[in-house]
Amino acid sequence: MKTEWPLWEIFIRGQHGLSHRHVGSLHAPDAEMAIKNARDVYTRRNEGVSIWVVEAEQITASSPSEKGPLYEPSESKVYRHPSFYDIPDDVGAM
Amino acid sequence: MYAQMVKSTGTGVQSLDEMSPEDRAFQERIDAGEKIEPKDWMPDGYRKTLIRQIGQHAHSEIVGQLPEGNWITRAPTLERKAILLAKVQDEAGHGLYLYCAAETLGISRDEMTEMLLDGRMKYSSIFNYPTLTWADMGAVGWLVDGAAIMNQVPLQRTSFGPYSRAMIRVCKEESFHQRQGFDIMMKMAQGNTQQKAMAQDALNRFWYPALMMFGPSDKDSVHSAQSMAWKIKMNTNDELRQKFVDQTVPQAEYLGLTVPDENLKWNEEKGGYDFSEPDWEEFFEVIKGNGPCNTDRLAARNKAWDDGAWVREGMMAHAAKKRARKMAAE
Repeated sequence: MKTEWPLWEIFIRGQHGLSHRHVGSLHAPDAEMAIKNARDVYTRRNEGVSIWVVEAEQITASSPSEKGPLYEPSESKVYRHPSFYDIPDDVGAM
Repeated sequence: MYAQMVKSTGTGVQSLDEMSPEDRAFQERIDAGEKIEPKDWMPDGYRKTLIRQIGQHAHSEIVGQLPEGNWITRAPTLERKAILLAKVQDEAGHGLYLYCAAETLGISRDEMTEMLLDGRMKYSSIFNYPTLTWADMGAVGWLVDGAAIMNQVPLQRTSFGPYSRAMIRVCKEESFHQRQGFDIMMKMAQGNTQQKAMAQDALNRFWYPALMMFGPSDKDSVHSAQSMAWKIKMNTNDELRQKFVDQTVPQAEYLGLTVPDENLKWNEEKGGYDFSEPDWEEFFEVIKGNGPCNTDRLAARNKAWDDGAWVREGMMAHAAKKRARKMAAE
């Protein structure tokens, strides 16, 4: 039997944080142990109030070489930003 | 803490014109200050050098728990004991961050562990020195962690993203270690004659080993140039050693202790101290495995690994059983 514990990715939401943020990874035999270890390793100094653990195998990542096709379209669509539109000063705050 | 004597592969630094198109594109990204991420293409030598450096760095954190762990049960007050426990726990965490950073390069933690255990990978030479008195906990925190910080602060800007991010986390915690070490030294140096003598003795024994942590002199560090070109390394060994001496000597003076170096002298012209080189023969003996504690340290790690095998297997078996039970219930 393979005895190397699987890798888990750890996400923590900080005290006043809006969202969970990836903080690192660790090895653990199961999700419960991953949470326990994440608490010890990543929240020793009050870093957060909520922990998510995800088995690293379950994560699919985009590839840096696809940077072009993935993100270029957003550059040609400047009209998606509110700052694209000129509203006359007379109209007031909008 | 920190790993040293990292050998990169390849034969010297190539100029951009000599490089293959892939290598050139890579070097240009490095030169532009871009961070390299795990899924990016990278030269084989870059990958290997980093696995070695980050892996050895991680091993140093783990082995480094032993000399300090040696004093946990004998710490002189409950407060000092709690602090030492917290510090050793931090070191375990640092090992963990670093192993994970190394794993993004395509090696597993167990593989690295096995390489440490059978001597194929190294750890910092400093942990092969014994901790003989309580004052050594002060000297280790102040000098050894101090030297580690000197190394790691520039590594926060190292070119490989996961390593740089691990260093940012580590540095925040390492500064607690250095301060608590200095705090122990202060208490001892201001204490009675015996305490002061213990502090001086600890400084005498750890001064040169701490200087060795920066690795061999630049003229003997054959692979530095490539590591610097790849921005894996940000400063030369001698630069960092000089910085460390300049920062530490006034701290020793503050403590009323004497640095064990009769050649130590302020050099107005260069704006730094002149100091004696550590005994490099001793250094090479220690990294070859012939230091005072090499055998003990590796024996302790091997014993923990071997004796813990049934626990690791048991936890995996239990996890598999729980998973199966959960699936059956769904």
